[in-house]
Amino acid sequence: MTTVRVYVTLKPSLLDSAGRTVAGALQKLGYDELHQARIGKLIELQVEEYEPARVKEMCDKLLANPVIEDYTIEVVA
Amino acid sequence: MKVAVIRFPGSNCDQDAYFALKDDVGVGAEYVWHEATSLDGYEAVFLPGGFSYGDYLRCGAMAARAPIMDEVRRFAAEGRPVIGACNGFQVLCEAGLLPGALMLNARQKFLCKDVYLLAVNRSSLWTRGVERVLTLPIAHGEGRFVSDDETVARLEDSGQIAFRYVDASGERTDESNVNGSAHAIAGVLNEKGNVLGLMPHPERATRKLLGSTDGMVILDALKLVASNF
Repeated sequence: MTTVRVYVTLKPSLLDSAGRTVAGALQKLGYDELHQARIGKLIELQVEEYEPARVKEMCDKLLANPVIEDYTIEVVA
Repeated sequence: MKVAVIRFPGSNCDQDAYFALKDDVGVGAEYVWHEATSLDGYEAVFLPGGFSYGDYLRCGAMAARAPIMDEVRRFAAEGRPVIGACNGFQVLCEAGLLPGALMLNARQKFLCKDVYLLAVNRSSLWTRGVERVLTLPIAHGEGRFVSDDETVARLEDSGQIAFRYVDASGERTDESNVNGSAHAIAGVLNEKGNVLGLMPHPERATRKLLGSTDGMVILDALKLVASNF
């Protein structure tokens, strides 16, 4: 078994309104150095055998929406 | 004339759509489960609102990959009428049948209220001759329409913008753009104009008792289709 992590993030040009709220809350807690917070998703997959093209296909077909999101794939072990 | 009201696990406006179509618009309607693989015998499709698959991953993402969607795709390609309201709009975008995506409202809040809409394209099947400002209810947390600037410009040029959020007098203001959508877009059409997706709920505004009958202006299109097919 191989664990593969897919990180899905909003495209930088898009407003992340949830992230903005979180950043506001952190600033209220006194973290003045904070500039912004952006929220993404971590999807952990376990596959029998890691085939990069297949995992990429999973991302393109379902895990990420290319209109609004980017993704990166990380193989854990 | 029969309209297929597609049901996904988590759809919750399916009954609103069914009764609006049957009792108010006066066309036939039947529920079609998302695992069905045929739309034979139907002349139009209604993708209802709700929280299909609990909005897991992204709103409409899983529903867009349901078995019935291949048939909806064929339907759309044949030029038959397809309408998606709220979650149905999100499903159409996720399925690639409409451009763009719907994201969390700019002010984060779930919005449940009446909004004013102005038809931009006034010649499509769904928006023909809609000159006056319509009042329709919205009920969504993720209805902010986004797309890259190039796509939005193309939509403007090609008449694919169906509706915009406006104020009561039909003017576009910062406040009237309730969810912060790009170009205040409330609804879009595909290139042919037979597929409409919109965040407001026409099926919830089909009789006086519901507060508005403006939904009929949109849904009455199905009667024109009934006489064409």
